[in-house]
Amino acid sequence: MDDSPPDGRAWPRLRLLTSGAAAQVNRPLPSGAGAPAPAPAPACASASSSAGDGGLAEVMEKVAHGDKQAFSVLYDALAPLVLGIVVRVVRDRAQGEEVAQEVMIELWRQAARYRPEAGSVTTWAGTIAHRRAVDRVRSAQASADREQAQASREHHTAFDEVAEQVETRLESEQVRRCLSGLTELQRQAVTLAYYRGLTYREVAETLRTPLPTIKTRMRDGLIRLRDCMGVTT
Amino acid sequence: MKHHASDAHTLAAAYALGALEPDERREFTAHLRECQACRQEAAEFEATAARLAAAVSQAPPPALKPAVMSAIDGVRQLPPRVATTAPSRLSGVLRRRAVPLALAACVAAAALGGVAVWQTQQNREAEQRAGRAEQRLDAISSILAAPDARTVHGRTSNGALTTVVSSPARDRAVFTAAGLPAPAGGTTYQLWLDHDGTMRPAGFVDGDGTVLIEGGTAGAEAVGLTVEPDGGSPRPTTAPLLLMPLTA
Repeated sequence: MDDSPPDGRAWPRLRLLTSGAAAQVNRPLPSGAGAPAPAPAPACASASSSAGDGGLAEVMEKVAHGDKQAFSVLYDALAPLVLGIVVRVVRDRAQGEEVAQEVMIELWRQAARYRPEAGSVTTWAGTIAHRRAVDRVRSAQASADREQAQASREHHTAFDEVAEQVETRLESEQVRRCLSGLTELQRQAVTLAYYRGLTYREVAETLRTPLPTIKTRMRDGLIRLRDCMGVTT
Repeated sequence: MKHHASDAHTLAAAYALGALEPDERREFTAHLRECQACRQEAAEFEATAARLAAAVSQAPPPALKPAVMSAIDGVRQLPPRVATTAPSRLSGVLRRRAVPLALAACVAAAALGGVAVWQTQQNREAEQRAGRAEQRLDAISSILAAPDARTVHGRTSNGALTTVVSSPARDRAVFTAAGLPAPAGGTTYQLWLDHDGTMRPAGFVDGDGTVLIEGGTAGAEAVGLTVEPDGGSPRPTTAPLLLMPLTA
């Protein structure tokens, strides 16, 4: 905590995100924002195997005891996934980085609440990151509630494009292959919900499909993905 | 409202994809506690969703890591969740708020200072204390995260910088002090809510950190701080060190 009030403005700090840090992360990326290099980034190792998560569970235990070095390891393993999904949902690089930072801090804060029997560390982090991103999007939406209907119509025209983008930009070969194994409606239901952060009602509206059908397609789609990816818990 | 099995199962997918409305999510989370099969399926679906997340991984900008590493210095970690046989409904509701803001984390961390002795959790009393501390944290977080939260700053006559965040919607406020000298022996800092010139006791401050101001803030115009004999007073007995209007 800095305790030098230069012009009487250094009030007790309630914020962690200093404007300085925000300015730093807002710098354009050398690689070009949003255009991932075709070569699989080594930083994304966690993408390929959730089984390789075994090591992370031990790291988590240390993090839960306040070990910052262990957290540094955890950061390296999880930050690409966290940033990736948050930016995907929030659809704004700068805001996404801000949310990703909050999520990483949240992982530190909640480390002792991670329960290995409930799922892998990667799943835990992915769930927290996605939820946080969705919260951000929905609270932004709530403030412009009337625009919702309009946005929804826009989704309708945009979703083909989005689905395409998602597929071509997926870095994981397996996920791409598994997604292509779904029916059109299943894939749209799953990706609009997860990558766009829509509720299943919004998905139903967007796809002009009855609610029960959407619920079923989501479930069938996830079951197929789960089996295709060989997900076990 | 009772889902039959098939309905609950279809919701597990929407749940794992984050596609439920908040109250549906709450309801389904409650349902998960009673349904082992749903838990299993939801866990598998969440793992599947995490693969979708991993598939869109992006290399973070180099500046992000140092920013995170230095931020966590000020963030106290939550204790493991203590399994209680009958969690109070209120604390459940508060806990589920999972207040997202980093600022909440920071202030919450400050609020925890000196309260909780997590290591002695086996000890029942400590557990209860921990539970109360957590509830207080949740309460503080919910005020900081309130959409109508407003912030006023002040300075005590003995040099401390203070901040009050209040939420009319929650009818509560949070007080933070930095640089508050330790009170003289046998005395304590006491907070007050000014209702039309009548000072109502609003809790105590024993130093730097964040506390929940006791009592509703509706109708209160200002927050005051005085030095009082240990145990506090029913009304101020010394000149206020601080009087901060609640409305900016």
